[in-house]
Amino acid sequence: MSRPVQQFKAQAELSTHNLRLRATIQTALEKYAVVRDTNRRAFQDYQAARQAAAEIKWEAINHLDRYLEQFVSKLEARGTKVHWAGTGRLAREIILGIIREKKARSIIKSKTMTSEEIHLNEALEREGFEVVESDLGEFIVQLNKETPYHIVFPAMHLTRGEIKELFNRELAADASDNPEELTRVARRVLRKKYVGADIGFTGANFAVADAGMVSITENEGNARLTAALPKTLITLLGIEKVLPRLEDLALFLPLLATSGTGQPLTCYNTMYGGPRQPGESDGPEEWHVVLLDNRRTELLADAEQRDSLHCIRCGACLNVCPIFRNVGGPAYGTTYSGPVGSVITPHLRGWQDWKHLSFSSSLCGACTETCPVKIDLAHHLLQNRRKAVTQKSSLAGKLGFKLFAFIFNRPRLYRRVAPLGRLGQKLHPLVKGTRLDPAYAWTKSRATPQIAPRTFREFWRERNLHEIQQRPMQETKGQNQI
Amino acid sequence: MTVTLFIPCFVDLLYPRVAVSIVEILERLGHKIDFPEELNCCGQPAFNSGYWDEARAVALPVLRRLKNAEAVVIASGSCGAMQKVFYPQLFAGTKQEAEAKNLAAKCWEFSDFLATKLGVTDLGARFLHKVTFHDGCHGLRELGLKKPPRALLAKVRGLELVEMKEEVCCGFGGAFAVKFPMISTAMGEVKCAQAAETGAEYIVSNDSSCLMHIQGLADKQGMKLKVIHLAEVLTSR
Ligand code: SF4
Repeated sequence: MSRPVQQFKAQAELSTHNLRLRATIQTALEKYAVVRDTNRRAFQDYQAARQAAAEIKWEAINHLDRYLEQFVSKLEARGTKVHWAGTGRLAREIILGIIREKKARSIIKSKTMTSEEIHLNEALEREGFEVVESDLGEFIVQLNKETPYHIVFPAMHLTRGEIKELFNRELAADASDNPEELTRVARRVLRKKYVGADIGFTGANFAVADAGMVSITENEGNARLTAALPKTLITLLGIEKVLPRLEDLALFLPLLATSGTGQPLTCYNTMYGGPRQPGESDGPEEWHVVLLDNRRTELLADAEQRDSLHCIRCGACLNVCPIFRNVGGPAYGTTYSGPVGSVITPHLRGWQDWKHLSFSSSLCGACTETCPVKIDLAHHLLQNRRKAVTQKSSLAGKLGFKLFAFIFNRPRLYRRVAPLGRLGQKLHPLVKGTRLDPAYAWTKSRATPQIAPRTFREFWRERNLHEIQQRPMQETKGQNQI
Repeated sequence: MTVTLFIPCFVDLLYPRVAVSIVEILERLGHKIDFPEELNCCGQPAFNSGYWDEARAVALPVLRRLKNAEAVVIASGSCGAMQKVFYPQLFAGTKQEAEAKNLAAKCWEFSDFLATKLGVTDLGARFLHKVTFHDGCHGLRELGLKKPPRALLAKVRGLELVEMKEEVCCGFGGAFAVKFPMISTAMGEVKCAQAAETGAEYIVSNDSSCLMHIQGLADKQGMKLKVIHLAEVLTSR
């Protein structure tokens, strides 16, 4: 067993036994679902909106070369410096290079999962830089030395009481668990950091090709401050964030908000077009945009699964996923959790280490049903399973399914299953519930169904026999009457 | 019409009464039953585990045998989804592609066959209990069967249906249930809790595999919940 799968199982064991945590998540997501549904109904035709969004993303991803070029040339025309990073390591080096060149010491960040993907904070801290997360949720998990629990709600696993204790301990505050009071504490700390930061660092929600602009969605205004106050701004985004036209935002902004948090629209939606232009009085003097591949182009080359690049990271599939709800983000051990994480991680980080995520699903399809850009996530999991097995099947699996096919293709052999099963079940109590129990994975938490005294096939055969016995008699009777 | 029945192994071995009820209902409606005894599995376990060659080996005899069937009725939403939705994918680009599509077009999950194909919802059943309905995920989302089972339940005399607050998976998921038992169990606990919240005596479903999981958990935890397949409700008097 590779390490990530062991880590996943161990963490899943822990979190599924944490009933309080499971209840917190369940309650939060039930509330989300209510608001989400209300605001979905505000669309004239929500299903048509999803379809339109899927088509726009299809267009963008299938002509990524063209749109990226357009995006970049427009950005550069306004003096933005664009960097292409093939891998996470390269992206880190580029970013570190800029920071060193600026002789910067402190960096203020707004929420970006892409920076989590390349493990930026660790790299920066290792080099002695101060990194501060300015999104409230991210600020909390950073303070708590954790990774985000959820790609949209990083601190959803913590209760107000826990946050209060954390703040009082780490920030020498004396707050109650009143949310407003807690926010004030965070704001007090963060305001100073914005002013003192040398570098602002953001992610992006969309890269609008025809406008050459980056669109950022947020609820706290922290991304605006992050982008506007420091002299140098760095923005990191995956190459799949492209949208062809500015007008596409009219659809994507409400769609992202509704799917992400349930809101009709997030509080702040800002477009960034370039660094401070001549004659302008504010904004960063320099803007660096780092475009990250990190094996996205491998997914792009895979026609069957390319559409998993349509993802706008709204988190809706995590919210409805019963696996995510019960094990939580950290169990996944990788940046993108939930259904979309299970789909893309093996592609981005390697099959043998990450395939278990594709198998850890009941394939219920709630993700597919909710995805605003109509990525068929559940079926992608099936594709992943097939690819994982084609690449390297386990001997036991291969033999097991060969045997399975052998038995089920031989009705006479299959007939033995019931009597054998009944015998097995007679002996089962000897080991049931113990480690010797071959069905332990089931019986530990579930009662076993019993093989019926008469299977349906046995019933059917008896019935037919009965009919055959009846028939000649009736026929004889008929003849007698003549 | 002659109706060909597909009875998967778990219904055959563990829940034969479900199949007997289906036979009873269809015969009462005047249909002739054709039951290919040799078809025990649609190949889904192999398919879901990524072993498509082995899945095809099991699916091939199904395709052949059902080729000339008039209508195929399947006693499980999950096996139904396999034949209706996944066979065309499994056989895409093979010689059997057309056959798979042909079969997909005439397969029916049991409740869908009654309510949609035959347009029959009132079977004269009587079931004097408060029940809740669990949608098997494959039936619900792959086949879109939210309405047919409810249309059937609506006509059962004395039956009171109380819906659960979410359409959430029971956590079975085939091999998933034993590969990741802790997650599967947690999911089942959520399901049982939501069912219990409705105050229903019975959980009804059109998928025995889900019911097996739910009952297994409820029994182990000493909950009072009982499960029953829709077909058995429809033959209750
Ligand atoms: S896969 Fe779809 S639902 Fe999931 S995060 Fe991406 S866009 Fe949202």
